[in-house]
Amino acid sequence: MNEKRTAAIALGLTVLIIGGCSTSPEKTPEEQSAVTAEEVEVTDVSIQAADAGTAGAMTEGGAGGRDWAGGPLEDPDSLLYTQTVYFAFDSSEVDAKYHDLVAAHAEYLASNPSLTVRVEGHGDERGSREYNIGLGERRANAVRRLLEAGGVAQGQLVIVSYGEERLAASGQHEEAWALNRRVELVY
Amino acid sequence: MKKFLVIPFLLFWCQHLGAALTIEITEGAEGALPIAIVPFGWEGPGNPPGEDIRAIVDSDLKRSGRFRTLPAEDMLARPRSASEVEFRDWQVLGMDYLVVARMQANGPGGYLIRFQLFDVFRGEQLAAYNVPATEKTLRATAHHISDVIYEKLLGEQGAFSTRIAYVTSEQRPDGKPRVALRIADADGHKPQTIVTSTEPIMSPAWSPDGRRIAYVSFEKGRPAVYVQEVFTGLRRKVAAFDGINGAPAWSPDGRKLALTLSKDGNPDIFVLDLATKKLRSLTRHYAIDTEPAWSPDGRSIVFTSDRGGRPQIYRKPSAGGETQRVTFENSYNARASFAPDGKSLVMVTRIKGQYRIGVLDLKSGLLQVLSQGSLDESPSFAPNGSMIIYATKSAGKGRLAAVSADGSVRQRLASGSEDIREPVWSPFTQQELRSQ
Repeated sequence: MNEKRTAAIALGLTVLIIGGCSTSPEKTPEEQSAVTAEEVEVTDVSIQAADAGTAGAMTEGGAGGRDWAGGPLEDPDSLLYTQTVYFAFDSSEVDAKYHDLVAAHAEYLASNPSLTVRVEGHGDERGSREYNIGLGERRANAVRRLLEAGGVAQGQLVIVSYGEERLAASGQHEEAWALNRRVELVY
Repeated sequence: MKKFLVIPFLLFWCQHLGAALTIEITEGAEGALPIAIVPFGWEGPGNPPGEDIRAIVDSDLKRSGRFRTLPAEDMLARPRSASEVEFRDWQVLGMDYLVVARMQANGPGGYLIRFQLFDVFRGEQLAAYNVPATEKTLRATAHHISDVIYEKLLGEQGAFSTRIAYVTSEQRPDGKPRVALRIADADGHKPQTIVTSTEPIMSPAWSPDGRRIAYVSFEKGRPAVYVQEVFTGLRRKVAAFDGINGAPAWSPDGRKLALTLSKDGNPDIFVLDLATKKLRSLTRHYAIDTEPAWSPDGRSIVFTSDRGGRPQIYRKPSAGGETQRVTFENSYNARASFAPDGKSLVMVTRIKGQYRIGVLDLKSGLLQVLSQGSLDESPSFAPNGSMIIYATKSAGKGRLAAVSADGSVRQRLASGSEDIREPVWSPFTQQELRSQ
């Protein structure tokens, strides 16, 4: 959570200063960092934000005109605040308890067609690494199908599987493994 | 300021020296051959080399688990050539074999090493070599001497002159990982970093000539397959399609890469011709097909697929054709690769909830489990088939271990505080020693 907050603060800054800098979905991390570097006196923290590939999307959120300064994605009262879906062992089925959450993101994306989101699939560390990349993609695709069913255009979604390469929790026990079997929506 | 900001996103190539891996034998083979390697004599003028060649040879042979070496302090004599050898001195100590050597200066910065290998019981010389070396090649020369002794006595080529590649990861002070692809000598010495990134790097694969490494890098925010020349650092992006670009595997002739791509919707195996850049699809199935590996004759490819519900190993002719299931034992088998002789496959297998390294004999169908951890993965055969290196977990950290193909010899490879994983053993290098 901590990382997310610092990222959000940094993004808030970026939003304030860059203002209407609109999204260009195909920006590479390098380009994003270059933009930030030119326009803002940035600290290390905002490099993280840029690197997470979120700057453009956040700008949109900020420009959305809501009361919440950081946009609905940072509003703890919004369903959109939650951007992670967890999965059962060996499963790529989106549990029914996440359907409202994914539907909220679908609605948000459908009503902001210039927004893009990275749908990042992950698995736990058990088993072989490349097969886990495949499993992570299967999970990301399950979320993608729900988003598309909710009216999100294909071009708004970038599917990336990290397999077990970016664990959210460490430890060789079910608690950690459960936190790692996930799909993250990264705006 | 600007420079500072951009740098974290660049990828560095450098010959960075990291901590050497230390290799420790945790279990030796029964019937290891007793051998004495006498401290090498120096014949002036000039100064002896900075590296202790004798110690390198001694530790190579000992590490293989196939030899039991005699500590220098237990020796009754220190002969430097055949004329000084009294075989009884070594018979008394229970030694079967004896190595003596002398060195002298050989031009500026150069050395000449003469070594002789004896059968102690027969009182016979088995081999004698003159080996030139320079200060820079001393370690390599020592490994070649080990190779010669190993091959003479065991009848199979030694793998002491080979290298291993592996991936390390550590948390930087800013909270981001520093992921590195490294190569080191097979004894863990001379580690060099060839790529670093803050994003994942995975699946390194040596080209059959040992001069290039293919790997997957997420440096652009999504995976792409690169081929990098080990000695120059020059590299080329060979696959960056939508979706997965992973699991590169070289054909034995070095001309093609088998890859996993999901550009058509789900992971399938493709074969990329590196010269023509033509891509051919090998598998087409709605399941996950991944982790291809070529047979040594190049005729077939094994891969992991969960088309039967669970990941198992399948085999298909590399030119296309019928797919056959290879593994039936255990509910999880993945990431197979062939032994150098093509007669067996090494893989990750799940047994009672533990992920371990197994070797499947292709003729008998017998699966032998060789490792003892709970999260063992990424097995890779030494090019002579003697050992299998793999990744394991110890106290929550990624570590490397090795086991002999028959399970009798075990090694643990220790490194600093870094997480270390995905070891791959290089092919043989091309150098050879000339007999005297």
